[in-house]
Parts: sequence; C-alpha cells; structure tokens
Amino acid sequence: MFVRLVYESFRRQKRRKLLAGAAITLGVTVATAMIAVATDIGDKINRELRTIGANILVTPQEDTLDVEIGGVNLKPPSDGAFLNEADLPKIKGTFWHNNITGFAPMLPVNVTLQRDGQTENLTLVGTYFAKKLSFGKEEFTTGVRTTHPWWKVSGAWPDDSSQDVLLGERLAARLSAKSGDGLMFSGRQLHVSGILSTGGGEDDEVVAPIALAQEVLGKPGAVRRIYVSALTKPEDALGRRDPKSMSGPVYDRWYCSPYPQSIAFQLQEAIPHSHAEQIRQVAQNEGAVLTRIEGLIFLVTLAALFASALAVSAAMATAIFERRAEVGLMKALGAGRVAVASIFFAEAALLALIGGFVGFAAGGLLARQIGRSIFNSEITIPPVLLPVILTIAVIVTFAGSTAAIRNAVRLDPVFSLRGQL
Amino acid sequence: MNVSGFHPEQPHSEQPHSGRSHSAQGVAASRAQSPHTSMFLRMLVRAAVLRRGRAAAALFAMVVASAVATAMLNLYVDVQAKLRREFRNYGANIVLVGKDGASLPAGALAQVESALAGRGVVAPFALVVARTSAGQPVVVAGADFDRVRQLDRWWSVSNWPVAPQQALIGVRAVSLVSPKNQPFDLSFQGHTIHLTPGGTVQTGAAEDSRVYLALPDFVSWTGVQPSTIEVAATGSPEEITAIMRQLELAIPAADVRPVRQIMEGEARVLGKTRATLMAATALIILTAALCVLSTLTGWVFDRRRDFAIMKALGASDRLLNGFFASEAAALGAAGAVIGFLLGIGIAAWIGRVNFHAPVVPRFSVLPFVLAGSMVVTLLSAILPISMLRRVQPAVILRGE
Repeated sequence: MFVRLVYESFRRQKRRKLLAGAAITLGVTVATAMIAVATDIGDKINRELRTIGANILVTPQEDTLDVEIGGVNLKPPSDGAFLNEADLPKIKGTFWHNNITGFAPMLPVNVTLQRDGQTENLTLVGTYFAKKLSFGKEEFTTGVRTTHPWWKVSGAWPDDSSQDVLLGERLAARLSAKSGDGLMFSGRQLHVSGILSTGGGEDDEVVAPIALAQEVLGKPGAVRRIYVSALTKPEDALGRRDPKSMSGPVYDRWYCSPYPQSIAFQLQEAIPHSHAEQIRQVAQNEGAVLTRIEGLIFLVTLAALFASALAVSAAMATAIFERRAEVGLMKALGAGRVAVASIFFAEAALLALIGGFVGFAAGGLLARQIGRSIFNSEITIPPVLLPVILTIAVIVTFAGSTAAIRNAVRLDPVFSLRGQL
Repeated sequence: MNVSGFHPEQPHSEQPHSGRSHSAQGVAASRAQSPHTSMFLRMLVRAAVLRRGRAAAALFAMVVASAVATAMLNLYVDVQAKLRREFRNYGANIVLVGKDGASLPAGALAQVESALAGRGVVAPFALVVARTSAGQPVVVAGADFDRVRQLDRWWSVSNWPVAPQQALIGVRAVSLVSPKNQPFDLSFQGHTIHLTPGGTVQTGAAEDSRVYLALPDFVSWTGVQPSTIEVAATGSPEEITAIMRQLELAIPAADVRPVRQIMEGEARVLGKTRATLMAATALIILTAALCVLSTLTGWVFDRRRDFAIMKALGASDRLLNGFFASEAAALGAAGAVIGFLLGIGIAAWIGRVNFHAPVVPRFSVLPFVLAGSMVVTLLSAILPISMLRRVQPAVILRGE
C-alpha cells in the first residue's frame, strides 16, 4: 500500500514532481559544479601563476658571486663553478616531478660581435627553447617557452639543435638587424631566426641554444643556473621550518608537501653539487595570491550551496503545500500522522536521489565546461563526491519539506478538505 | 499561517467601505475615484497581513536572493581592485632606467612621484661594482631602505640597517665581505668607505650577491646618482599604460620599461578569477531567482480563490493583473532593498575575512538588483495568473 501510494503519486502528479525534481536537479547541479570548481581552482590558478616565471633557482654550490649590473655580467665567464647538463633530466626523477611544470638551464657567455670592421662585446645566453628530454621511460619537453611565457619572439624560435640565435629587441634596434640576418659572433657566422622581446635584461642580449654557448665557452655540458617552475603549496608554519631541526614524522610530512622549500631541497638532492633556492619574489607572493583566490572561491561556493539549498527547500515546501487536500483525505480515512509524514518523506527522498543523480551528472558537465572555457583544461569531479552530494541533497530536501509536512499533517482534515487554510 | 475558517478578504474589506458613504450619489462618486485606490491598497496590505506566514516566506526568499545577488555583484566589481593590491606585493611593474646606463637626472624621483600622485610606491636604486679589501669585485647598491621595505616585501631581511654607514649584505655576499660579522672596507675608484654589517638580505635572486647601503652614504662615497627607479603602480592596465606614457614625457632621459612578466601574469590570473567568479555569480543568481520563482508562484497560486472571487464579483482582467502585479512589485522592491543592505554586509564580511579589507559598497549595483528582483517577481506573479485566467471562477471556487 505504502509503495503503491508513493508510486501512484509519482505517476499521477507528473507536473508537480517534475517541478520539484527540476528544482532539486538544478540545486545539485550548481552545488556540484561549484564544489568541483572550488576544489580545483587552486591547481588552476597555480598554473596561471606560473606565467610569472620560475619560482626556484638552482645554482652551483661553490659558485662565486655574480657581478651583474643591468643585465651585463662582469664576472669572467670561465670563473666559478658549473652544473652538469647531463644531470638535468634527474629533475623529473624527484618526488614532486609531477609538480614541476618546466625548467630551463642558462649559460651566459661573453661574445664579440664583428661588424663593419668594429667589434662589440655582448652577452650570449645559452638555454633550452623547447628541448625534448627523457628520464627513464618518461619523455618531456621543457625550456624557456614553458618557464618564461612572457618572452615574445617575432620571427621563429630557434631549434635547440641548430646554430640559430635570437637577438634581444633593443640590441636588434641598435644594430638595425632583423630576423633572417647573419651575424659574426666570436668568429662564427650565426643566423638570426627571430627578435626576442622580454622587457628585461635579455632585450640587450643574444639568446642561443645551450650547445652553442657551451661551444663558445669551450666547456661542453656546462650550465650556470637552472630556472625551475614548480606548482607549490602556500608556505605555512611547517614550510618555514628548517628541515634539519625536524624529527622523523614531521620531516616526512615536510618532505612530502609541495612547499617551495621542500621542492628546492629535493632538487638539491637530485642535482650533484647544487644549491637550490626559492625565488622569493615569485614563490612568496604566489602563495598569498593563491590563498586569497582560493578563499574567495570557497566563500562563494558556500553562498552557492546556501542558495541551492534554499531553492530546493522552497520548491519542496510549495509542492507539499499544494497537497493539503490529499493529506486531509488520508487523515479522514484514518491514516496516522506518522504514516502520512513517512509517505511524504519517502517521496522527498526518492525525488532527492533522482534529482541528485541527474544533478551530479549535469554539474560534472557544467564544471567541465567552465574548466574548458575559462582555463582551457578539464575540471574533473572525483566520484567520491557522489555519495556526499546525494546525502546533502536528501538532507536539504528533508529539511525543506519538514516544516511544510508538519503543517500539513497538523491541519484538521475538515479544513483542508474544504480547501481552506 | 491563517487557519481561520473564513475567507479573509471578503468581509473585512467590504464592510468599512459601504459604511463610509452616505448617499447613493456619494457611493457612486467614491467608487469612481478615491475608494478604488484605497480599496486597492487595502487589499494589497490585508493580503500580506492576513497570510503573514506565506508572505513572510515569499519576502524571505526575495531578501535572500537579492542579498546573494548583491554580494556576488559587489564582489565581482571589487575583486579586481582587491587582487591588484595583492599583486603589487610582487613589487615593481614599471622600471625607469637611465638611457645607455647613465644616471637619471636629479629631479627624476620627484617627477615620478608627482606623475604617480600617490597611486603606488617608488624606490630609486644606484649600482656600482666596488672592490673588497682583498680586491674581489662585488656589486654595491644604494637604496632608500624605507621605500624598499614597502616595494619589495618579499625580501627576507634579518635586520634593516638604521644607523649611517651600516650595510645590508646579501646572504651570498656575506662570506666574501664580512664572514665573521666584522666591519669591512669597500673601495670604488680610489675612494674607500668603512662599513659595519647591519643585517642580511635573502631573496633567491641577484640581490643575494649584493651589498646595500643607504643612498646618502652611497652618493657621498661614489658620487654616482641613482640610475634605476622601480615603480609599483596600482591601477588597471590602461591606467598603468597612461602612467608610463606620462613618465616617458616627464623624463626623456630615461627608458621606461614595463615589467612584462608581472603585468602579464597579473592580467591572466585576474581575468581567470573574474571569469570564474562571473560563472559562479550567474549560477547563484539563477538559483536564487528559481527559489523566488517557486515560492512566489506557490503564493499566488495558493490564492486562486481570492482571484476567483474578485473575478466573480466583476473585476476586469486588467485590474486583476494590476493587483497581482503590484503586489509582486511591492514584494520585489521591499525584498530587493532589504536584500541589498544585507548583501553589502555579506560582501564587506567576505572582504574582511578574505582580503583583510572591506569591500566598498557599490550603490551602482542597486538598480540592477532592483530591476532583476522586479522582473523575477512579476514573472512569478504573471505565470500563475495567466494559467488561472483561462479557468472559470466557478471551477476554482468549487475547489478543483
């Protein structure tokens, strides 16, 4: 009888059930989409923040001081220590290798430009543009095009195995050189494939594949410093602590959290004779920006959850309010309060489950659409969320129905059957 | 909720009306003009008073919806300014450099400040390569420490120098110039300065290899004037471009360069955050509107008996529409205004909790919230009315 009552109620009152179901579905859709966006926003914004550049710098441990003013390095190029280029792929072997979005080695060397019988001293920086590397079975591409996304080239990016170079834009303007020209650098005829604009010191320099710089310097495999771009977690009290002062379990927790410090520490372990450090300008501030945006979206998600809970409650209250006559009839026929209430709650639960499932699927699609159109990458919903969402949907539906059901059940059947309040 | 057996409107509203007019002429005259409006108002007010529960529920839905909408719109407008301020912690977004490495003219700093008019922080720097007493080259910079503290907040400084002739030493330079924290000498073009270590600075970048001095010490020692001015200007990309153009005109001896990595990163992150917030705002407003729609529709639908009685008594469709529409409009307006105030409170609270600065109330949002509320409430009144209009009053009054 109970089952039949519920079944018939769904069969006969399709319009009302559809309305209430639509409200629940919409509410769950919004809630699911917002929760998915809120859980993923940190990672998405973190990736956007990588456009500001590398946040960790790896230098040789025994390096001498840089004597650099206005992008011109006065330190003798062969002076100081170097890192070994062969160690670079090991970066992808560290614990947090999935968080490392890219790295670029740099090797500045001094060259002389011979032109029209005059010579001029310039800095040539060797680096990776988009170099294919492999670590174990993993293949990946890295270089300044990932780590320094604000570098703009008019013309073509040089190939990493070529002898082509980029001219900084101010240097090119001074030399009135353009892409496609050939220039004599330290006795080598090099082809300019493009003009580089960075807004920084590179605008006065020549940028080339690292092999070319090593050849000029006469030190194969030499790397002066490595810029590493990593997705990090905002630093907290644990992140700031000195790893040497930590006990075992605390150390493990520190080591296994993607703080800028712990990633730098692991890079230092991976690359022999190196010293890795966070670039504080980038690393410190991205933590602050990330925390703010995550907090904002979290609060907004709360507002969205609140609004959708309210919409579901309102729809349920209205739906039940419209059925007072039915309640009156059941009570006139001798149904107890508990029996009437349980029928309504069963209907509400059924609606909530159906609406919850449909809404979860729709919310997933919506989140994906948001991810694709705003961040150009997928936002996926962990399936673990389904039971949570369903539980919330049932609770909210119940909460929304309770007051209306109580009123309906309390009403004298005589009044409700006469159609009066 | 009113649980009395009588239908509320009829007896209450008719009697005082008929008791007021004395002659038949007076009745006709008063029916023609003022009582109509007073009757209209009375019906509006009594309907809300007698069904307090449902009216309150409808108003509540309206208030919550417009509060959430106001808060979201307010945040949406304000978040850009808030995040820009966060991004200024990244330091300079404009750098002025003397052309071809020359020093900047003496009044440059004042000119930059007047062009900026308080919209940001400015810090001058001067750089030379000096020698330690052992003959090692080291980059020495002159800086205004008070300004640097505001501009480059990520500098991790053990102790800012306060006394003259105190130096701030980069962590990597410490072992070279003052490994035992002892006073040291630096020489530049034959002039020597005697310095005491004041503290160390760590940034993870070029600053770590430098020694910083207070600008007056630096100038009197080397005679070199600042060659770089770093500017952290606040404002939209257009405002910053305008500032840069102004600086170019004011100081022709300087190259004015944007710090592109900061500007581009900022623009990207702001754009994405705003887009996400916009999607969230749209979803939330949609949900809130749905909530209002379902509550109000229920309310109006529930009063189909009033509707039927009015119609049976000869009210025209226009009057009925007007009645329910103005009821909805009154509810919408009241809900919007209360909700607006509440929403401003919510936005301010979010601003305080998340950005540690209140979100400024934007009254420009009010017309939108008001108009939106009106549209939603009118829609939710007109939908059930147009459904009811097709039904005979007798059918409704019989309760079918």
